[in-house]
Amino acid sequence: MSAILETHDLHVYYGKKEALKGIDLSFNEGGITALIGPSGSSKSTYLRTLNRMNDLIPDVTVTGDTLFRGQNIYSPQIDLVTLRKEIGMVFQQPNPFPFSIYDNVAFGLKLAGNQNREYLDQVVETSLKQAAVWDEVKDHLHDSALSLSGGQQQRVCIARVLAVSPDIILLDEPTSALDPISSSQIESTLLKLRADYTIIIVTHNLQQASRIADRTAFFMNGEVVEIDETKKIFMNPAKKATEDYISGRFG
Amino acid sequence: MRRLFDEELDELDNGFTEMGILVSNVVQQSVDAFINHDRQAAQNIIDHDHDINEREIQLESKSFEIIALYQPVTTDLREVVTILKAVSDLERAGDHARNIAYSTIDVKGNTRVAEIETELAEMGQLTTKMVKQAIQAYVDKDEEAAKTLVEVNEQLTAFHDQILRASYDNIAKDTGVLIAAMNYNKVADDLIRIADYLINVGEWIVYLKTGQIVELKLMK
Repeated sequence: MSAILETHDLHVYYGKKEALKGIDLSFNEGGITALIGPSGSSKSTYLRTLNRMNDLIPDVTVTGDTLFRGQNIYSPQIDLVTLRKEIGMVFQQPNPFPFSIYDNVAFGLKLAGNQNREYLDQVVETSLKQAAVWDEVKDHLHDSALSLSGGQQQRVCIARVLAVSPDIILLDEPTSALDPISSSQIESTLLKLRADYTIIIVTHNLQQASRIADRTAFFMNGEVVEIDETKKIFMNPAKKATEDYISGRFG
Repeated sequence: MRRLFDEELDELDNGFTEMGILVSNVVQQSVDAFINHDRQAAQNIIDHDHDINEREIQLESKSFEIIALYQPVTTDLREVVTILKAVSDLERAGDHARNIAYSTIDVKGNTRVAEIETELAEMGQLTTKMVKQAIQAYVDKDEEAAKTLVEVNEQLTAFHDQILRASYDNIAKDTGVLIAAMNYNKVADDLIRIADYLINVGEWIVYLKTGQIVELKLMK
Protein backbone atom coordinates (compact mmCIF):
# COMPACT_ATOMS: atom_id res chain seq x y z
CA MET A 1 0.00 0.00 0.00
CA SER A 2 1.41 3.40 -0.88
CA ALA A 3 1.52 6.12 1.71
CA ILE A 4 -0.99 8.95 1.58
CA LEU A 5 1.33 11.16 3.58
CA GLU A 6 5.04 10.89 4.27
CA THR A 7 7.88 12.99 5.52
CA HIS A 8 11.51 12.47 4.62
CA ASP A 9 14.34 13.95 6.62
CA LEU A 10 12.02 16.67 7.87
CA HIS A 11 13.77 19.39 9.85
CA VAL A 12 12.08 22.36 11.42
CA TYR A 13 13.98 25.28 12.92
CA TYR A 14 12.58 28.05 15.07
CA GLY A 15 15.22 30.67 14.36
CA LYS A 16 18.45 28.76 15.02
CA LYS A 17 16.88 26.21 17.30
CA GLU A 18 16.34 22.86 15.61
CA ALA A 19 12.95 21.58 16.75
CA LEU A 20 12.65 18.57 14.46
CA LYS A 21 15.79 16.65 13.60
CA GLY A 22 15.06 14.72 10.44
CA ILE A 23 11.75 12.91 10.74
CA ASP A 24 11.02 10.01 8.42
CA LEU A 25 7.48 8.80 8.88
CA SER A 26 4.85 7.56 6.53
CA PHE A 27 1.11 7.16 6.90
CA ASN A 28 -1.05 4.79 4.93
CA GLU A 29 -4.66 5.58 4.22
CA GLY A 30 -7.07 5.06 7.11
CA GLY A 31 -6.38 4.25 10.73
CA ILE A 32 -5.26 6.28 13.69
CA THR A 33 -1.66 7.14 14.48
CA ALA A 34 -0.95 8.65 17.89
CA LEU A 35 2.05 10.88 18.47
CA ILE A 36 3.19 10.78 22.08
CA GLY A 37 6.15 12.20 23.92
CA PRO A 38 7.13 14.59 26.69
CA SER A 39 6.39 18.31 26.46
CA GLY A 40 8.91 19.95 24.18
CA SER A 41 9.48 16.79 22.14
CA SER A 42 8.15 18.66 19.07
CA LYS A 43 5.31 16.28 18.29
CA SER A 44 2.90 19.20 17.86
CA THR A 45 5.46 20.97 15.68
CA TYR A 46 5.51 17.86 13.53
CA LEU A 47 1.72 17.73 13.35
CA ARG A 48 1.51 21.40 12.40
CA THR A 49 4.09 20.89 9.66
CA LEU A 50 1.75 18.38 8.01
CA ASN A 51 -0.69 21.06 6.88
CA ARG A 52 1.67 24.00 7.02
CA MET A 53 0.25 25.58 10.15
CA ASN A 54 3.84 26.49 11.06
CA ASP A 55 3.84 28.93 8.14
CA LEU A 56 2.02 31.31 10.45
CA ILE A 57 4.92 31.43 12.91
CA PRO A 58 7.65 33.92 12.03
CA ASP A 59 11.24 32.74 11.64
CA VAL A 60 10.37 29.11 10.95
CA THR A 61 12.47 27.13 8.49
CA VAL A 62 11.30 23.77 7.17
CA THR A 63 13.63 21.49 5.20
CA GLY A 64 13.12 17.99 3.86
CA ASP A 65 10.11 16.57 2.06
CA THR A 66 6.50 16.39 3.15
CA LEU A 67 4.59 14.49 0.51
CA PHE A 68 0.81 14.31 0.34
CA ARG A 69 -0.22 11.79 -2.28
CA GLY A 70 3.29 12.08 -3.64
CA GLN A 71 3.25 15.86 -3.97
CA ASN A 72 5.46 18.10 -1.87
CA ILE A 73 3.13 20.33 0.15
CA TYR A 74 5.83 22.96 0.55
CA SER A 75 6.14 23.47 -3.20
CA PRO A 76 5.08 26.93 -4.46
CA GLN A 77 2.25 25.46 -6.58
CA ILE A 78 0.38 24.33 -3.50
CA ASP A 79 -2.77 26.26 -2.64
CA LEU A 80 -2.94 26.48 1.13
CA VAL A 81 -6.73 26.64 1.33
CA THR A 82 -7.04 23.47 -0.74
CA LEU A 83 -4.28 21.79 1.27
CA ARG A 84 -5.99 22.53 4.58
CA LYS A 85 -9.27 21.28 3.15
CA GLU A 86 -7.57 17.97 2.33
CA ILE A 87 -5.66 17.90 5.59
CA GLY A 88 -7.89 19.36 8.31
CA MET A 89 -6.95 20.14 11.85
CA VAL A 90 -8.70 20.07 15.22
CA PHE A 91 -7.08 21.96 18.07
CA GLN A 92 -6.72 21.52 21.81
CA GLN A 93 -9.22 24.24 22.71
CA PRO A 94 -12.54 23.89 20.92
CA ASN A 95 -12.59 26.92 18.63
CA PRO A 96 -16.02 27.29 17.08
CA PHE A 97 -16.62 30.52 15.20
CA PRO A 98 -19.07 32.87 16.90
CA PHE A 99 -21.81 31.77 14.49
CA SER A 100 -24.61 29.27 14.63
CA ILE A 101 -23.82 25.55 14.76
CA TYR A 102 -25.09 25.27 11.20
CA ASP A 103 -22.90 28.06 9.88
CA ASN A 104 -19.88 26.67 11.65
CA VAL A 105 -20.19 23.36 9.87
CA ALA A 106 -21.16 24.92 6.53
CA PHE A 107 -18.36 27.49 6.75
CA GLY A 108 -15.79 25.72 4.58
CA LEU A 109 -18.31 24.94 1.89
CA LYS A 110 -19.69 28.47 1.80
CA LEU A 111 -16.13 29.77 1.63
CA ALA A 112 -15.65 27.59 -1.44
CA GLY A 113 -18.70 29.25 -2.98
CA ASN A 114 -21.31 26.62 -2.25
CA GLN A 115 -24.69 28.27 -1.71
CA ASN A 116 -27.06 25.41 -2.57
CA ARG A 117 -29.23 25.22 0.56
CA GLU A 118 -30.30 21.63 0.06
CA TYR A 119 -26.72 20.47 -0.44
CA LEU A 120 -25.51 22.44 2.57
CA ASP A 121 -28.31 21.03 4.75
CA GLN A 122 -27.34 17.56 3.77
CA VAL A 123 -23.60 18.01 4.39
CA VAL A 124 -24.22 19.70 7.74
CA GLU A 125 -26.40 16.81 8.84
CA THR A 126 -24.01 14.12 7.61
CA SER A 127 -21.00 15.80 9.15
CA LEU A 128 -22.66 16.32 12.51
CA LYS A 129 -23.80 12.70 12.44
CA GLN A 130 -20.27 11.52 11.63
CA ALA A 131 -18.96 13.59 14.49
CA ALA A 132 -21.56 11.95 16.76
CA VAL A 133 -23.12 15.20 17.90
CA TRP A 134 -26.18 15.38 15.60
CA ASP A 135 -28.69 14.02 18.10
CA GLU A 136 -27.65 16.61 20.66
CA VAL A 137 -27.80 19.64 18.36
CA LYS A 138 -30.31 18.82 15.60
CA ASP A 139 -33.12 20.78 17.26
CA HIS A 140 -31.13 23.98 17.65
CA LEU A 141 -28.83 24.15 14.67
CA HIS A 142 -29.28 27.89 14.50
CA ASP A 143 -28.23 28.57 18.08
CA SER A 144 -24.74 29.89 18.61
CA ALA A 145 -22.09 27.18 18.68
CA LEU A 146 -20.66 28.96 21.71
CA SER A 147 -23.72 27.95 23.72
CA LEU A 148 -22.66 24.30 23.57
CA SER A 149 -20.58 22.43 26.15
CA GLY A 150 -16.84 22.07 25.50
CA GLY A 151 -17.25 18.46 24.39
CA GLN A 152 -20.08 19.36 22.01
CA GLN A 153 -18.10 22.31 20.66
CA GLN A 154 -15.16 20.05 19.94
CA ARG A 155 -17.36 17.58 18.07
CA VAL A 156 -18.86 20.47 16.09
CA CYS A 157 -15.27 21.47 15.22
CA ILE A 158 -14.65 17.92 14.04
CA ALA A 159 -17.86 18.16 11.96
CA ARG A 160 -16.58 21.42 10.51
CA VAL A 161 -13.44 19.63 9.35
CA LEU A 162 -15.43 16.68 8.00
CA ALA A 163 -17.80 18.91 6.04
CA VAL A 164 -15.10 19.73 3.49
CA SER A 165 -14.34 16.00 3.00
CA PRO A 166 -10.69 15.90 4.01
CA ASP A 167 -8.48 12.86 3.49
CA ILE A 168 -6.51 13.41 6.63
CA ILE A 169 -7.54 14.76 10.02
CA LEU A 170 -4.87 16.11 12.35
CA LEU A 171 -5.81 16.51 16.00
CA ASP A 172 -3.65 18.35 18.50
CA GLU A 173 -4.59 17.12 21.98
CA PRO A 174 -8.29 17.37 21.13
CA THR A 175 -9.54 16.16 24.50
CA SER A 176 -7.12 17.70 26.97
CA ALA A 177 -9.58 20.49 27.77
CA LEU A 178 -12.52 18.10 28.11
CA ASP A 179 -14.03 16.03 30.92
CA PRO A 180 -13.76 12.21 30.74
CA ILE A 181 -17.26 11.67 29.31
CA SER A 182 -16.74 14.21 26.52
CA SER A 183 -13.29 12.76 25.89
CA SER A 184 -14.72 9.32 25.54
CA GLN A 185 -17.34 10.61 23.08
CA ILE A 186 -14.57 12.15 20.98
CA GLU A 187 -12.65 8.87 21.13
CA SER A 188 -15.71 6.91 19.95
CA THR A 189 -16.15 9.43 17.15
CA LEU A 190 -12.55 8.97 16.03
CA LEU A 191 -12.88 5.20 16.15
CA LYS A 192 -15.85 5.44 13.78
CA LEU A 193 -13.96 7.78 11.46
CA ARG A 194 -10.79 5.71 11.29
CA ALA A 195 -12.18 3.50 8.51
CA ASP A 196 -12.66 6.44 6.14
CA TYR A 197 -10.05 8.98 7.19
CA THR A 198 -6.39 8.98 8.00
CA ILE A 199 -6.19 10.30 11.53
CA ILE A 200 -3.07 11.60 13.25
CA ILE A 201 -3.49 12.66 16.87
CA VAL A 202 -1.10 14.25 19.32
CA THR A 203 -2.05 13.27 22.83
CA HIS A 204 -0.58 13.48 26.31
CA ASN A 205 -3.11 10.97 27.49
CA LEU A 206 -1.27 7.69 27.07
CA GLN A 207 -4.34 5.62 27.83
CA GLN A 208 -6.10 7.48 25.05
CA ALA A 209 -3.34 6.51 22.64
CA SER A 210 -3.49 2.91 23.79
CA ARG A 211 -7.29 2.81 23.50
CA ILE A 212 -7.74 4.27 20.04
CA ALA A 213 -4.52 4.29 18.02
CA ASP A 214 -3.51 1.60 15.55
CA ARG A 215 0.05 2.87 15.60
CA THR A 216 1.90 4.98 18.10
CA ALA A 217 5.01 7.07 17.52
CA PHE A 218 7.14 8.13 20.46
CA PHE A 219 8.82 11.53 20.04
CA MET A 220 11.67 12.79 22.17
CA ASN A 221 13.91 15.84 21.68
CA GLY A 222 12.72 16.39 18.14
CA GLU A 223 13.26 12.82 17.02
CA VAL A 224 11.10 9.75 16.59
CA VAL A 225 12.50 7.22 19.02
CA GLU A 226 10.15 4.47 17.94
CA ILE A 227 6.99 3.89 15.93
CA ASP A 228 5.13 0.61 15.96
CA GLU A 229 1.76 -1.00 16.46
CA THR A 230 0.22 0.51 19.56
CA LYS A 231 -0.01 -2.91 21.22
CA LYS A 232 3.71 -3.44 20.75
CA ILE A 233 4.57 0.02 22.09
CA PHE A 234 2.49 -0.47 25.23
CA MET A 235 3.36 -4.10 25.89
CA ASN A 236 6.88 -4.60 24.66
CA PRO A 237 8.54 -1.52 23.18
CA ALA A 238 11.89 -1.97 21.46
CA LYS A 239 13.55 1.06 23.03
CA LYS A 240 14.23 1.63 26.70
CA ALA A 241 13.41 5.35 26.38
CA THR A 242 9.94 4.46 25.12
CA GLU A 243 9.40 2.07 27.98
CA ASP A 244 10.63 4.61 30.54
CA TYR A 245 8.34 7.28 29.17
CA ILE A 246 5.16 5.26 28.94
CA SER A 247 5.67 3.70 32.34
CA GLY A 248 6.03 7.15 33.86
CA ARG A 249 9.73 7.06 34.72
CA PHE A 250 10.17 10.48 33.12
CA GLY A 251 8.17 13.04 31.23
CA MET B 1 13.17 8.34 38.83
CA ARG B 2 11.78 6.35 41.74
CA ARG B 3 8.02 6.13 41.37
CA LEU B 4 5.36 5.48 43.97
CA PHE B 5 4.51 2.53 41.77
CA ASP B 6 7.98 1.03 42.34
CA GLU B 7 7.32 0.85 46.07
CA GLU B 8 4.01 -0.90 45.51
CA LEU B 9 5.67 -3.29 43.11
CA ASP B 10 8.50 -4.02 45.56
CA GLU B 11 5.96 -4.87 48.19
CA LEU B 12 4.20 -7.25 45.80
CA ASP B 13 7.49 -8.74 44.68
CA ASN B 14 8.64 -9.36 48.27
CA GLY B 15 5.26 -10.84 49.13
CA PHE B 16 5.57 -13.27 46.25
CA THR B 17 9.10 -14.28 47.22
CA GLU B 18 8.00 -14.85 50.81
CA MET B 19 5.13 -17.01 49.61
CA GLY B 20 7.62 -18.93 47.46
CA ILE B 21 9.80 -19.62 50.48
CA LEU B 22 6.74 -20.66 52.46
CA VAL B 23 5.71 -23.16 49.77
CA SER B 24 9.28 -24.35 49.43
CA ASN B 25 9.39 -25.05 53.18
CA VAL B 26 6.05 -26.85 53.14
CA VAL B 27 7.14 -29.10 50.29
CA GLN B 28 10.33 -29.90 52.17
CA GLN B 29 8.41 -30.60 55.39
CA SER B 30 5.82 -32.78 53.65
CA VAL B 31 8.52 -34.90 52.04
CA ASP B 32 10.41 -35.20 55.35
CA ALA B 33 7.24 -36.09 57.23
CA PHE B 34 6.42 -38.81 54.73
CA ILE B 35 9.91 -40.30 54.80
CA ASN B 36 10.16 -40.12 58.59
CA HIS B 37 6.61 -41.42 59.09
CA ASP B 38 6.00 -38.31 61.13
CA ARG B 39 2.24 -38.08 61.54
CA GLN B 40 2.50 -35.07 63.83
CA ALA B 41 4.47 -33.02 61.31
CA ALA B 42 1.97 -34.06 58.60
CA GLN B 43 -0.96 -32.89 60.70
CA ASN B 44 0.86 -29.62 61.29
CA ILE B 45 1.15 -29.07 57.53
CA ILE B 46 -2.57 -29.75 57.04
CA ASP B 47 -3.43 -27.35 59.87
CA HIS B 48 -1.39 -24.58 58.29
CA ASP B 49 -2.44 -25.01 54.66
CA HIS B 50 -4.67 -21.95 54.91
CA ASP B 51 -1.57 -19.77 55.48
CA ILE B 52 -0.60 -20.31 51.85
CA ASN B 53 -4.14 -19.76 50.62
CA GLU B 54 -4.35 -16.48 52.52
CA ARG B 55 -1.07 -15.35 51.03
CA GLU B 56 -2.45 -16.07 47.58
CA ILE B 57 -5.57 -13.99 48.22
CA GLN B 58 -3.50 -11.12 49.65
CA LEU B 59 -1.19 -11.03 46.65
CA GLU B 60 -4.10 -11.28 44.21
CA SER B 61 -5.93 -8.40 45.89
CA LYS B 62 -2.77 -6.32 45.86
CA SER B 63 -2.25 -7.07 42.15
CA PHE B 64 -5.82 -6.04 41.27
CA GLU B 65 -5.38 -2.87 43.27
CA ILE B 66 -2.13 -2.00 41.50
CA ILE B 67 -3.66 -2.60 38.08
CA ALA B 68 -6.69 -0.45 38.91
CA LEU B 69 -4.78 2.41 40.49
CA TYR B 70 -1.61 2.57 38.40
CA GLN B 71 -2.61 1.07 35.05
CA PRO B 72 0.87 -0.34 34.52
CA VAL B 73 2.24 -1.01 31.02
CA THR B 74 5.17 -2.93 29.50
CA THR B 75 7.51 -4.56 32.06
CA ASP B 76 5.52 -3.04 34.94
CA LEU B 77 2.42 -4.81 33.70
CA ARG B 78 4.33 -8.02 33.11
CA GLU B 79 5.64 -8.03 36.67
CA VAL B 80 2.14 -7.72 38.07
CA VAL B 81 0.70 -10.29 35.66
CA THR B 82 3.55 -12.71 36.40
CA ILE B 83 2.81 -12.58 40.10
CA LEU B 84 -0.93 -12.76 39.57
CA LYS B 85 -0.55 -15.94 37.52
CA ALA B 86 2.39 -17.55 39.32
CA VAL B 87 0.80 -17.06 42.73
CA SER B 88 -1.94 -19.53 41.74
CA ASP B 89 0.68 -22.03 40.64
CA LEU B 90 2.46 -21.73 43.98
CA GLU B 91 -0.79 -22.17 45.85
CA ARG B 92 -1.60 -25.32 43.88
CA ALA B 93 1.90 -26.64 44.58
CA GLY B 94 1.16 -26.03 48.26
CA ASP B 95 -2.08 -28.06 47.92
CA HIS B 96 -0.10 -31.04 46.68
CA ALA B 97 2.30 -30.76 49.62
CA ARG B 98 -0.79 -30.93 51.83
CA ASN B 99 -1.93 -34.06 49.95
CA ILE B 100 1.42 -35.67 50.74
CA ALA B 101 0.74 -34.90 54.39
CA TYR B 102 -2.61 -36.70 54.10
CA SER B 103 -0.85 -39.71 52.57
CA THR B 104 1.61 -39.69 55.47
CA ILE B 105 -1.30 -40.07 57.86
CA ASP B 106 -3.00 -42.72 55.70
CA VAL B 107 0.05 -44.91 55.33
CA LYS B 108 1.04 -44.89 58.99
CA GLY B 109 0.71 -48.35 60.54
CA ASN B 110 0.65 -50.23 57.23
CA THR B 111 3.26 -52.57 55.84
CA ARG B 112 5.81 -50.51 53.94
CA VAL B 113 8.40 -51.07 51.23
CA ALA B 114 11.78 -49.66 52.18
CA GLU B 115 13.27 -49.65 48.67
CA ILE B 116 10.39 -47.54 47.27
CA GLU B 117 10.61 -45.17 50.20
CA THR B 118 14.27 -44.61 49.42
CA GLU B 119 13.33 -43.71 45.85
CA LEU B 120 10.57 -41.42 47.10
CA ALA B 121 12.99 -39.73 49.48
CA GLU B 122 15.29 -38.98 46.58
CA MET B 123 12.44 -37.78 44.40
CA GLY B 124 11.23 -35.60 47.28
CA GLN B 125 14.66 -34.07 47.78
CA LEU B 126 14.93 -33.31 44.09
CA THR B 127 11.48 -31.68 44.07
CA THR B 128 12.42 -29.57 47.07
CA LYS B 129 15.55 -28.50 45.25
CA MET B 130 13.46 -27.62 42.22
CA VAL B 131 11.14 -25.40 44.27
CA LYS B 132 14.13 -23.52 45.63
CA GLN B 133 15.59 -23.22 42.14
CA ALA B 134 12.31 -21.79 40.80
CA ILE B 135 12.05 -19.24 43.60
CA GLN B 136 15.69 -18.25 43.11
CA ALA B 137 15.10 -17.83 39.36
CA TYR B 138 12.20 -15.53 40.22
CA VAL B 139 14.26 -13.52 42.71
CA ASP B 140 17.09 -13.17 40.17
CA LYS B 141 14.59 -12.61 37.32
CA ASP B 142 16.71 -15.15 35.46
CA GLU B 143 14.86 -16.69 32.52
CA GLU B 144 17.77 -18.98 31.62
CA ALA B 145 17.66 -20.53 35.10
CA ALA B 146 13.88 -20.81 34.72
CA LYS B 147 14.31 -22.77 31.51
CA THR B 148 16.56 -25.33 33.24
CA LEU B 149 13.64 -26.36 35.47
CA VAL B 150 12.55 -28.60 32.60
CA GLU B 151 15.65 -30.75 33.06
CA VAL B 152 14.87 -31.38 36.71
CA ASN B 153 11.33 -32.17 35.69
CA GLU B 154 12.60 -34.90 33.36
CA GLN B 155 14.55 -36.52 36.17
CA LEU B 156 11.47 -36.37 38.36
CA THR B 157 9.37 -38.01 35.67
CA ALA B 158 11.87 -40.87 35.54
CA PHE B 159 11.62 -41.29 39.32
CA HIS B 160 7.83 -41.16 39.12
CA ASP B 161 7.63 -43.93 36.50
CA GLN B 162 10.06 -46.08 38.43
CA ILE B 163 8.12 -45.70 41.67
CA LEU B 164 4.84 -46.58 39.99
CA ARG B 165 6.35 -49.69 38.44
CA ALA B 166 7.94 -50.76 41.73
CA SER B 167 4.64 -50.24 43.54
CA TYR B 168 2.73 -52.47 41.12
CA ASP B 169 5.45 -55.12 41.28
CA ASN B 170 5.29 -55.15 45.05
CA ILE B 171 1.51 -55.33 45.12
CA ALA B 172 1.70 -58.30 42.75
CA LYS B 173 4.09 -60.04 45.10
CA ASP B 174 2.32 -59.19 48.34
CA THR B 175 -1.12 -57.60 48.59
CA GLY B 176 -0.29 -56.66 52.17
CA VAL B 177 1.58 -53.62 50.86
CA LEU B 178 -1.46 -52.40 48.93
CA ILE B 179 -2.28 -49.34 51.06
CA ALA B 180 1.34 -48.24 51.33
CA ALA B 181 1.95 -48.78 47.61
CA MET B 182 -1.17 -46.85 46.63
CA ASN B 183 0.05 -43.97 48.76
CA TYR B 184 3.53 -44.15 47.22
CA ASN B 185 1.88 -43.67 43.87
CA LYS B 186 -0.17 -40.79 45.18
CA VAL B 187 2.89 -39.08 46.64
CA ALA B 188 4.86 -39.58 43.42
CA ASP B 189 1.90 -38.07 41.52
CA ASP B 190 1.78 -35.14 43.93
CA LEU B 191 5.49 -34.50 43.49
CA ILE B 192 5.11 -34.55 39.71
CA ARG B 193 2.22 -32.12 39.93
CA ILE B 194 4.32 -29.81 42.11
CA ALA B 195 7.04 -29.95 39.44
CA ASP B 196 4.41 -29.08 36.79
CA TYR B 197 3.38 -25.98 38.70
CA LEU B 198 7.01 -24.97 39.07
CA ILE B 199 7.44 -25.27 35.32
CA ASN B 200 4.48 -22.87 35.03
CA VAL B 201 6.23 -20.47 37.40
CA GLY B 202 9.29 -20.79 35.15
CA GLU B 203 7.16 -19.95 32.12
CA TRP B 204 5.94 -16.79 33.86
CA ILE B 205 9.53 -15.80 34.60
CA VAL B 206 10.29 -16.13 30.88
CA TYR B 207 7.19 -14.00 30.14
CA LEU B 208 8.33 -11.42 32.68
CA LYS B 209 11.68 -11.05 30.97
CA THR B 210 10.69 -11.39 27.32
CA GLY B 211 6.96 -10.78 26.96
CA GLN B 212 6.68 -14.21 25.30
CA ILE B 213 4.17 -16.76 26.56
CA VAL B 214 5.97 -20.08 26.15
CA GLU B 215 5.58 -23.77 26.94
CA LEU B 216 8.90 -24.73 28.43
CA LYS B 217 8.33 -28.45 27.98
CA LEU B 218 7.79 -27.95 24.24
CA MET B 219 10.92 -25.84 23.96
CA LYS B 220 13.16 -28.76 24.92
